[in-house]
Amino acid sequence: MSKILMKGNEAFGEAAVLAGCKYFFGYPITPQSELPHYMAKRLPEVGGVFLQAESEIAAINMVYGAAGAGARVMTSSSGPGISLKMEGVSYLAGAELPAVLVNVVRGGPGLGNIAPAQSDYFQATKGGGHGDYRLIVLAPSSVQEIVDLTAKAFDLADQYMNPVMLLADGILGQMMEPVELKDIKPNIPAKPWAVNGMKGRAYRNLIVSVHIVAEDNEKFNLTLQAKYDKIFQNEVLYENYKMDDAEFVMVAYGSSARLAKGAVDKAREKGLKVGLIRPITLWPFPSERLAEAATTAKAFLTVEMSLGQMVEDVRLAVNGVKPVYLYTRTGGMVPVVKDIVVELEKIVQGGGK
Amino acid sequence: MLHEIIIAGFGGQGILSMGQLLTYAGMIENKEVAWLPSYGPEMRGGTANCAVTVSDIPISSPVVSEPTAVIIMNKPSLIKFEPMVKPDGFILVNSSLVDQKVKRPDIKVYEIPANEIAEEMGNSRVAGNIMLGALQELTGVVSIDSMEETLKKVLPPHKHNLIPVNRQALEKGAEFVRSK
Repeated sequence: MSKILMKGNEAFGEAAVLAGCKYFFGYPITPQSELPHYMAKRLPEVGGVFLQAESEIAAINMVYGAAGAGARVMTSSSGPGISLKMEGVSYLAGAELPAVLVNVVRGGPGLGNIAPAQSDYFQATKGGGHGDYRLIVLAPSSVQEIVDLTAKAFDLADQYMNPVMLLADGILGQMMEPVELKDIKPNIPAKPWAVNGMKGRAYRNLIVSVHIVAEDNEKFNLTLQAKYDKIFQNEVLYENYKMDDAEFVMVAYGSSARLAKGAVDKAREKGLKVGLIRPITLWPFPSERLAEAATTAKAFLTVEMSLGQMVEDVRLAVNGVKPVYLYTRTGGMVPVVKDIVVELEKIVQGGGK
Repeated sequence: MLHEIIIAGFGGQGILSMGQLLTYAGMIENKEVAWLPSYGPEMRGGTANCAVTVSDIPISSPVVSEPTAVIIMNKPSLIKFEPMVKPDGFILVNSSLVDQKVKRPDIKVYEIPANEIAEEMGNSRVAGNIMLGALQELTGVVSIDSMEETLKKVLPPHKHNLIPVNRQALEKGAEFVRSK
């Protein structure tokens, strides 16, 4: 199939449709509005429903309803809107419902701005909603990867009966790159648990997230833990870039990882043995890969568009074995490749932060 | 070869479309391409710009901080982007709309009266393509044929009658800088 030029936000939409997503509920917010815009046009063509809800809170609860009825369903927003959806995300996780959420992150906190940022990492990977739950969090770093991971997100959601978040940023949402819409097929499993009318079914389906007796709720939480352990064992994804002989290891995801790759190339031109580990799943985080790299690397440098959030997971993984430095721009500012190289040179000379 | 191009001007001048035309043409030539718009709270009459990267190898940063070439379609854009151009890079100024001179001695300056040339052709709306034609001639970023091919692919059939005048504008722009 030949390549087409697509905006990241549109690529989320098209890949979702190809993966069998028929329902989208959302509310506009920059820098992701092209996604609902695309779905408004595209979903009616495949007999689906696009609905602009009256608010983000309404939208996420519509997602809960559609997921409960067994449909593949998506919502999207950016930081402030995702915050509003967090109650519903916790309910989805508590009810073990499959759904796909997209966060095209902008500068925060509060209203912040509409420029690209990665400052929603904590919210995505550490909770955001209440209770002991985990989101599977996928971080694309190109428009092609948006396509590939969106399709994967629906499969993971169904496989593990868990909400999945695609964490992007304003650059990835707004940029256009060539993509191939390879052979994405809707691999939708049977959903005998769905609340979709009895239709001759002998048993009654009920989807709740309430376990009013503490003993029962503990038991339920432990089953969630077992599921999360399984995800952690089976679904970690990362990319190694020029890691074979790397003495200095950068860790970056999404747009920052592209900049970090540029910095690896520039640093190598200067003779510095630098590599990159790019987490593709932010949860489950590739902790084991980092721990392994720590046995041979001299130091790590995390590059993020936040005050430093993923760096905490990097430090937990490296566990004090080697120094972990941090280079960030935040508030909607984007790092510049040559500034990252300057930081690398400082670290090589023993003067990093 | 890595081309990192910024096209900047007023919203409504077709700035984002010019960038998409270059990007699509690069894709047709099997190059690595990326297009990134400024997406602040812009509106018609406000400033707009986009970054286009065309490269032989995978593109690390779609954000262009040191452009190899810029196309300037209004004065605020000249003030903003002149300092960013890579030394030895190109700055193409639409002198029909910008009266300020480029100050830097270390970049290659081309003043192109794109609107006047376009009006001579009888169609003031092709000023953008005159600038693109000039850029193509100077940098070889993509060929005029690929840009024409792009127009065939992206324009709906009822607008294909506009392709010849657009191609002519690309050629006029190229011709103008060739004669300098």
